[in-house]
Amino acid sequence: MSRLSRLLVLMAMAVLAGCGKPAFSDAEKKTIASLALSALPPLKTDTTNRYADVPAAAALGSTLFFDVGMSGDGMVSCSTCHKIDRQFQDDLPRAVGVGRTNRRTMPLAGVAHDPWFFWDGRRDSLWAQALAPLENPLEQAGNRAAYAHYIKARFGERYERIFGPLPDLSDVAANASPLGSDAEKAAWNAMPAAQAEAVNRVFANIGKAIAAFERSIAPPRTRFDRFAAALATGIQPQGDDAFSPEEILGLKLFIGKANCVTCHTGPRFTDSSFHNTGVPPVANLPPDRGRMDAVAQVEADPFNCLGAFRDGDASACGELRFMVKAGPELIRAYKTPSLRGAANRAPYMHAGQFSSLDEVVAHYSTAPTSVEGESEIHPLQLSDRERAALVAFLKTLAE
Amino acid sequence: MASLWRYVLAGLGLAALLTGVLAAVYLTAPHAPQRAGSEIVRSKSTANGLFVASFEPERGVIRQGELQSWLLTLKTVAGAPVEGAAIAISGGMPQHRHGLPTSPQATDYLGEGCYRIDGVKFTMSGLWQLHFAISAAAGSDTVVFNVLL
Repeated sequence: MSRLSRLLVLMAMAVLAGCGKPAFSDAEKKTIASLALSALPPLKTDTTNRYADVPAAAALGSTLFFDVGMSGDGMVSCSTCHKIDRQFQDDLPRAVGVGRTNRRTMPLAGVAHDPWFFWDGRRDSLWAQALAPLENPLEQAGNRAAYAHYIKARFGERYERIFGPLPDLSDVAANASPLGSDAEKAAWNAMPAAQAEAVNRVFANIGKAIAAFERSIAPPRTRFDRFAAALATGIQPQGDDAFSPEEILGLKLFIGKANCVTCHTGPRFTDSSFHNTGVPPVANLPPDRGRMDAVAQVEADPFNCLGAFRDGDASACGELRFMVKAGPELIRAYKTPSLRGAANRAPYMHAGQFSSLDEVVAHYSTAPTSVEGESEIHPLQLSDRERAALVAFLKTLAE
Repeated sequence: MASLWRYVLAGLGLAALLTGVLAAVYLTAPHAPQRAGSEIVRSKSTANGLFVASFEPERGVIRQGELQSWLLTLKTVAGAPVEGAAIAISGGMPQHRHGLPTSPQATDYLGEGCYRIDGVKFTMSGLWQLHFAISAAAGSDTVVFNVLL
């Protein structure tokens, strides 16, 4: 009798265990595998920058990235905001260079996979992006003539070994740029076309060297990736790689009911595109219309893919050529940021509007309307437990 | 002893019933509920029946997040290739209230009614719609293709 009842209990337990829902369906497993770092394709050759994979160019780019000499006041470098020990960002709501900017510093891991740069995509290559802060009066606040002189004086030999002879700069004004102060603009406009072109060439090569360095900044493998690898091979994740029930719920919500994965897709957790998600503006900042105003800027950029400084042929310029130039969906649309490491880099959104992931998840749960344009997101009505689970899952992307 | 077996039998009966109900629910429910008008076909008649259009990726596979070229082939109902067509392309994701992430264009005529549509990019998984406004000697018509990623 007692043996029989024990047998029955064991059988009942076996039946219950068998009936228990497996943690993930096959469709969920497929989505999880698509998010793992192992699904990240190798970096494509950037034919618009023939120095992109030249080690000496990356080395010079690295030097320039950390060199405060690359600024108008000699105090600011790329690394002032893109801090190497902080995922190449600065933990501030809005970046502070020579002045205070209106946008959050973006982290750089995996940046070379992007088709568009800045929150609004106002540049179309990594090397063209690197040039913009150099001349922005709020960031590095320099000018291209001064940078050309500085490169010649400081890194002339290294530059020439990579890019060939530097132009004769003896007649070039110390400070000149089409984007600078009135005096710098006047000096620029007074330059013969060939001389301006030569300075632009040096300037473009500075960007190409910095881009070559930035291509080496890759996203690190996380706890989520170890969990996903175990799940894909059918092995029970062990020790720290195993997810708690809360993390599993968060992951299921992320790829399911909460719809996060529609935009935060692929191994970088971004579709590299632009969306209005109703993120509120920051009080007292000038109007910011995101992608809407960036289209004209990237088209006008002389360093864009269709410009004179691109290497290779124009077949690499598809993104610019087939860019959406108009439409209400561009209003207050900003780039989907990668979520890798995001849990360790508050505050969030394009102007640091939210100070914690809890606030971010709450925003996506309630989905307020946009102040301008139309938000693409719908209210989710997540419970407190579900919100906490999403945050718990996001933390596995930063461990 | 006898009463124990009665309980066990009753338990097994209930479990069987539950299994049956669950099986009925799960096996008959559609796996991916699709909205009306979102059938996925690569070839169809245009809205007013003027042309037969087919639309497929030039390299056979759809890659999410990459610029790709697709081929739009236009035939008359009688099967003759439609040449010299002007094609305007729009579209988006109806469930996400947004348009296409790129502006695809007809860039080449490849002969036999086949047009290369370049600059097509699908950035998200889900249902996409591509609208073609076609204007040719035979007249103007439109066609919508659904693409599910």
